[in-house]
Amino acid sequence: MKKLTSLSIIALMTTTSLASSEEVRVYNWSDYIDEELLEKFEAETGIDLVYDVFDSNEVLETKMLAGSSGYDIVVPTGDFLQRQISAGAFQKLDQNKLTNAGNLWDLIKDRTAQYDPDNAYSINYMWGTTGIGVNVQKVTEILGDDAPIDSLDLIMNPENMEKLAECGVYFLDAPTEVIPAALAYIGEQPNTQDVDVLKKAEPILTAIAPHVKKYHSSEYINALANGDICVAFGWSGDVLQARDRAAEAENGVEIAYNAPTEGALMWFDQMAIPADAPNAEGAHKFLNFIMDAQNMATASNYVYYANGNLASQEFLLDDVITDSAIYPSEKTLENLYTASPYEPKTQRVVTRMWTKIKSGT
Amino acid sequence: MKLARRLLIGVPFVWLLILFLIPFLIVLKIALSDYAISIPPYTPTLDPAAGWDGFKEFFSQLDFENFTFLTTDALYWKAYLSSLKIAAISTFITLLIGFPIAYGIANTPDEWRPSLLMLVILPFWTSFLIRVYAWIGILSNEGFLNQALIWTGIISEPLVILNTNTAVYIGIVYTYLPFMILPIYATLEKLDASLLEAAQDLGCSRTGAFWSVTLHLAKPGVIAGCFLVFIPALGEFVIPSLLGGSRTLMIGKVLWEEFFSNRDWPVASAVAIILLLILITPIVLFQRNEQKQREQTK
Repeated sequence: MKKLTSLSIIALMTTTSLASSEEVRVYNWSDYIDEELLEKFEAETGIDLVYDVFDSNEVLETKMLAGSSGYDIVVPTGDFLQRQISAGAFQKLDQNKLTNAGNLWDLIKDRTAQYDPDNAYSINYMWGTTGIGVNVQKVTEILGDDAPIDSLDLIMNPENMEKLAECGVYFLDAPTEVIPAALAYIGEQPNTQDVDVLKKAEPILTAIAPHVKKYHSSEYINALANGDICVAFGWSGDVLQARDRAAEAENGVEIAYNAPTEGALMWFDQMAIPADAPNAEGAHKFLNFIMDAQNMATASNYVYYANGNLASQEFLLDDVITDSAIYPSEKTLENLYTASPYEPKTQRVVTRMWTKIKSGT
Repeated sequence: MKLARRLLIGVPFVWLLILFLIPFLIVLKIALSDYAISIPPYTPTLDPAAGWDGFKEFFSQLDFENFTFLTTDALYWKAYLSSLKIAAISTFITLLIGFPIAYGIANTPDEWRPSLLMLVILPFWTSFLIRVYAWIGILSNEGFLNQALIWTGIISEPLVILNTNTAVYIGIVYTYLPFMILPIYATLEKLDASLLEAAQDLGCSRTGAFWSVTLHLAKPGVIAGCFLVFIPALGEFVIPSLLGGSRTLMIGKVLWEEFFSNRDWPVASAVAIILLLILITPIVLFQRNEQKQREQTK
């Protein structure tokens, strides 16, 4: 669920090869796995793993729709997955080969079924929310102790934003995340498909645009951790990674993440096998490996995102499973909304609006 | 003999056919198609099995609505104009910097020239992407440039250069400078020094001789250099997206949004076709100029 504006494919290779000809090619988000898992998979199966990374759903989708990507496993987000399924980009999973399927969490499966009915094409890898990361000390210095750090009022109200601009605010460069938040702020249905409603987000976001230092989908991790900025509208696990980096650096920066009380976007990154995958057999082996409770826990402990694997929870570190920013409480869960893919015409309106908000043209 | 000659002429034609005309026709075809959620994401696709009717059906579905769509939104022409402006200004700055360098190299003793030329070409040995990334490190608020300027006391607040159009100009000028230097150098190197002596013998001053002889004879190199810089700069995507800000409007970025964010390959192709048409004008002018030069030298 990370989108960098443009150039995106950084190849990351792990080759501890055991002279075998079999190969599985995985295309996953950047900074999204504990690399020890990759070595473990190669050691256990003797299959060579080629692991490439991307940082934007758009780049992945364009590869999928062009066809012949050469990948055996890809990880689109729910709403993107849904459109790619309807384009015929994926093959149905062979459930017989997925012996670890019993580990999955029904609660998450029910939610992902809205994108992938019966979860026939995909399994959940990680899920999270989109919310507000703050440098607590700086924000309370500027806005006082009662600063609304868990409310969209902090970032959507121009008065607050004007004051926060001096210490720096980053927004995700992802219209499908920011526009629903603006709609939630004014009490509209965030996941609306109605163009007239969507357009109501424009004046809100235009009013705060002059106070946004940058729209970027990955730089905020370091910027928050270093204290270069004091607020970021970003993805839960990324903000938590920033929190950890700051703690490790012992630079006195204290970062907090909150899913806004007005409602937050809940998203799901799903692993799926392209219809033309060269090694679907090996891809199933990789999926089954990832669905192993311990392996999935290793991944979540590393990236600070929640996963859709119930059995893994007993192996999670305490500061992961008990952190309500990662595994939200029942009450917060009710307050989360999900996105659905826009129709092409609506998508065009959204993209255009985003360009206008950012560039003024 | 005739066959051999035809073959010889045929080679560049086949080259152009395969690497220019056919790709162009494919892009044109996509530009005339409609968006669809499928692989590939547009219709119609030609079904040769359907025979002549399939052919007719195929052509009846093509239309120009993507091109008319481009006229309905000011974004597109503004992006084209802004790209033209950025490309033109960058080309001019590159010329201002490149000409003196080329002139300097051409006027150094013979034994020095290879090493100087080497210095011009050397940066190409590093990936273009890495060189542009390096500028991020130089130009950012905490970058080398600002640190050096603050350290020397010239400024007290860091200059905001990164993520502005200034950074885009710096990036383009830096990247394309060798393309300006080399053709100008090539013409200056061939310049016959006796022509300058003759001009001075006939009462022309040194600067006068420079303006009327050197500059005049360097013109083909200057024109070639300008085109070599202007044409790629116009469609540039990497430099504005890495160094430019959200207010940097260039057609390369618009093209990316159409292709990736809207997933609308047909409209993206229409944008690309218009860009090509804009580019063809200077290319044709360039060709004509070349031809004129050749006729003159005959």
